[in-house]
Amino acid sequence: MKLFRFRGGVHPKGYKELSEDLAIEQLPLPSKLYIPLQQHIGDPADVAVSIGQSVLKGQVLGHSQGTISAPVHASSSGTIIDILNFTAPHPSGLAVKTVVLQTDGKDQQTHNTIPLSPFNLSPEEVATRVGAAGIVGLGGAAFPSAVKLYQGVTRAIDTLIINGGECEPFLTCDDRLMRERAEEVIDGIRIMLHTLKIKKALVAIESNKPTALQEMKQASKICPEVTVVKVPTRYPMGWDKQLIRILTGREVPAGKRSADLGVIVHNVATAYAIHEAVRYVKPLISRIVTVSGDAIIKPKNVEVRMGTLVSELLDYSGLNSSDYRLVMGGPMMGQALPHAQVPVVKGCNGIVVLSNNMAPVQSSQACIRCSQCISACPVGLLPLEMVTRIKKGDYKSANDIGLKDCIGCASCSYVCPANIPLVHYFNFAKGKIRDQQQVQIKNQKTKKLAEAKRVRIAAIEKSKKEAAAARKAQRAAEKAKKQQLTQHSDAST
Amino acid sequence: MKLAPHSAPHTHSGNAVSRVMLHVIIALLPATIFGIYIFGLPALNLLLITIISCLIAEAISLRIANKPITCHLLDGSALLTGLLLALSLPPWAPWWIGVLGGFFAMIVGKHIFGGLGQNVFNPAMLARVALLISFPLEMTTWVDIKPLFTPDAPGFIESLQITFLGIPNLDAISSASLMGHAKTELSLDRSLSDSLTSIDYSLTSTSLGIVAGSIGETSSILLLLGGIYLLVKRIISWHIPLTMIATIVVLASLFHFIDSERYTDPLFHIFSGGIMLGAFFIATDLVTSPNTKLGQIIFAIGIGVLVYVIRTWGGYPEGIGFAVLLMNAMTPLIDHYIKPRIYGRNRRGNPMATPSQND
Amino acid sequence: MIEAIGSITILGLTLGSVLGYAARVFKVESDPITEKIEAMLPGSNCGQCGFPGCSTAAQSIASGEAAITMCPPGGKALAQDLATLLNIDMDLSAVKEEEPLFAIVSEELCIGCTKCFKACPTDAIIGAPKQIHVVIQEACTGCKACIDICPTECLQMLPVEHTLKTWKWHKPVPEPIAA
Repeated sequence: MKLFRFRGGVHPKGYKELSEDLAIEQLPLPSKLYIPLQQHIGDPADVAVSIGQSVLKGQVLGHSQGTISAPVHASSSGTIIDILNFTAPHPSGLAVKTVVLQTDGKDQQTHNTIPLSPFNLSPEEVATRVGAAGIVGLGGAAFPSAVKLYQGVTRAIDTLIINGGECEPFLTCDDRLMRERAEEVIDGIRIMLHTLKIKKALVAIESNKPTALQEMKQASKICPEVTVVKVPTRYPMGWDKQLIRILTGREVPAGKRSADLGVIVHNVATAYAIHEAVRYVKPLISRIVTVSGDAIIKPKNVEVRMGTLVSELLDYSGLNSSDYRLVMGGPMMGQALPHAQVPVVKGCNGIVVLSNNMAPVQSSQACIRCSQCISACPVGLLPLEMVTRIKKGDYKSANDIGLKDCIGCASCSYVCPANIPLVHYFNFAKGKIRDQQQVQIKNQKTKKLAEAKRVRIAAIEKSKKEAAAARKAQRAAEKAKKQQLTQHSDAST
Repeated sequence: MKLAPHSAPHTHSGNAVSRVMLHVIIALLPATIFGIYIFGLPALNLLLITIISCLIAEAISLRIANKPITCHLLDGSALLTGLLLALSLPPWAPWWIGVLGGFFAMIVGKHIFGGLGQNVFNPAMLARVALLISFPLEMTTWVDIKPLFTPDAPGFIESLQITFLGIPNLDAISSASLMGHAKTELSLDRSLSDSLTSIDYSLTSTSLGIVAGSIGETSSILLLLGGIYLLVKRIISWHIPLTMIATIVVLASLFHFIDSERYTDPLFHIFSGGIMLGAFFIATDLVTSPNTKLGQIIFAIGIGVLVYVIRTWGGYPEGIGFAVLLMNAMTPLIDHYIKPRIYGRNRRGNPMATPSQND
Repeated sequence: MIEAIGSITILGLTLGSVLGYAARVFKVESDPITEKIEAMLPGSNCGQCGFPGCSTAAQSIASGEAAITMCPPGGKALAQDLATLLNIDMDLSAVKEEEPLFAIVSEELCIGCTKCFKACPTDAIIGAPKQIHVVIQEACTGCKACIDICPTECLQMLPVEHTLKTWKWHKPVPEPIAA
């Protein structure tokens, strides 16, 4: 298949060989699961259980709230022992509302073992089931998948792209999924094609995964609408807009979604989860996570229940050092975790533990304007210009020359010879701009409230005056009446 | 106390500023060593004096600016500037030319703008041009080659005398550089074929560098090899060197075709004078050249045109210094107007039109 | 030489008079900038800047008496917008960002005197005589007018809580360069 131009990008060392040939293992069921009510983009789930309640595996713990939201389910059977604010898997270490589940080891489930056929259902029904299963984008973005699928009902879509890129170093969970469960993934894709009412799906797999390519090609033979495409190995191939351009030659206009172009992109693991949700009514309660890094003794690809603490994963794989950086995701875009007492959530595709050799704290030097960052940027931005303006505090002009289009892929920071923390500056500036926008919104709201108060006070004054005038008029009328009576009585005597 | 969180990325390519500088210095070494060989010990003295002056000037500037001295000196940028400057000076120039040049390059050319990465003009070229305008006599005194280990070559004491006390018997041993000779003869209305024969011009000797000139002017072949090394190591890209040389070749061919007695041929141009040094090492200076590929091509075309114009119709036989400085001044303008197109936006920066859904 | 001095002097006088005349005849009336500034200020008349109201403050900024950083609720964003509007080149990096504060009523001490909700410029306090009052956090601008007027000192200012949604990245601190 003809591929279009790939712009920019870098070629970091993959380290895939550490875990790509290791089959998926099941992590032993932990005794406690810490399941956050917000594991997705949008509004958090509304808690539906209480402390002391017994739950079965797959039971709803929190209902979705609002249009962009997803429900949360129990990853195993057991008792709810607490509902509290627990550390979120986020660099800030701030807390999020979490349901603590003590597992009873029985793992009693609510879902079927006999598969149902989804092809008799209407697309809306399928989308509802996907939503009820709490499925979100498993590539890391965690956007509710039902919302995306539903766009197929409301807009004209012509292509479904399945992202099997996995361009981050160390991560091999999607690779193993495609190697071992290719038929289920293809089935999930078929279900999505049926929901979107289209006949064209492209599965993009990077060239460094030859076995996965082979397995998926074999499995896709039963479904001629699915084409498996080999794409070059380059970071960030997994950026969905880049994939769209490479495969279709079309670009998503700024400010629009891929659906406006007639394309929807989903991750392979999401396709697998959709297969499980629609065929077996099984909600999203587990996912495959790669545990790797040079500080890990035995790298693994494990199937983990949502809510498992990261410390359990580290104990299972073993650490060979006490001085390390814990990263959720890959080393390029992953979030550094404050410590290992945080739960695995739906968007966690890997835990990478890096020793200080691999992730040293570098000192940065002056920019030498070598423009390697410009060559590396896949979006076509000018990192060196943006960072100069951000350092001076001019966030607005940095935004105007392209900060608002930055995807945070960190290709620029990766190549910078002066070790300037470019992505850190960009994230900082994005935060500042959000702050300023919030201040402006607040100011406008304040103006409206102050104006409303002035109007209210003016109305009160007015009504007081009118009441006073009315009373005065009444007193004058009474006085006149009295005078009349007195006159009358005078006249009559 | 909670530590601030680490930001992504948690890995790095291993690229470093000092590595970039080191590769450029390595690329310049063959030409430098050959130049010292053919011009003798005075050239070595001048080279060392220039480099040491650059380092001292940088240290003084860093001290005044309250920046840490050692790590900045070790990043190799002062060393590189000193080397480039020395390569463009007359090999037997007096010591104070080297000192003044070094100080001017570092202080006025780099640190008053704010240090590494902030300068608008190429420091080595700025210093060379300033010296050329201020001391035209010393800066145009060329000597014929006197290779080391030949009886003509000055010994150690003699070389120190030459550097610190001046060249003895100047009239006897000074020689015109190739370009200077050609230009003078043309101004005296003598045709090229006459003037070039009188100076024993041959392409081989010019390209190998066994003719009078500055070190950086002469060994074009070795500099070309150094340039190719930089291209292979991906320190520079082909856009600037190729475009600059191509522009000069095109212009020279055109005019040589029009009048071959008045205008020198393209090969003469690119193998004599500082074109190779300029194309691969000076115009490609990261700080002062444009950021985008298209911008670099425009920059290189500008330099090529200016070099040819200055050489042919200007008052100086060599135009690289002036051409580079003039185009350095244009770099911010080029960078302002030539920016890459952002994904999802058109050239003006506005969102692209959504393609109509007609399928 | 006399001719030279004479001709230059006459030239200078002529051109100078022409410029002076043009400055008077072609004078451009400036826009009512005060109104523009007032539109940008929060408009709650909270008085934290020291001026009685936002319109007075706008006049002072327009005339140059007051600095563009004088409005605490507006913060740095407002100062930057004013700098753009008035073409002032100012280094705003030193301007300290105030922590947003909101008022909260301590319910044990509230006597229901209604003085605070009359003082609040945005009606952010709900209350009635002899009933405990409460502050609506979203409407509170942190102007502290209620704190000044409360007779039992039952109101206090608290910083807005940081949640995962409001957390932002800090500015990268240049690592000390190993000498």
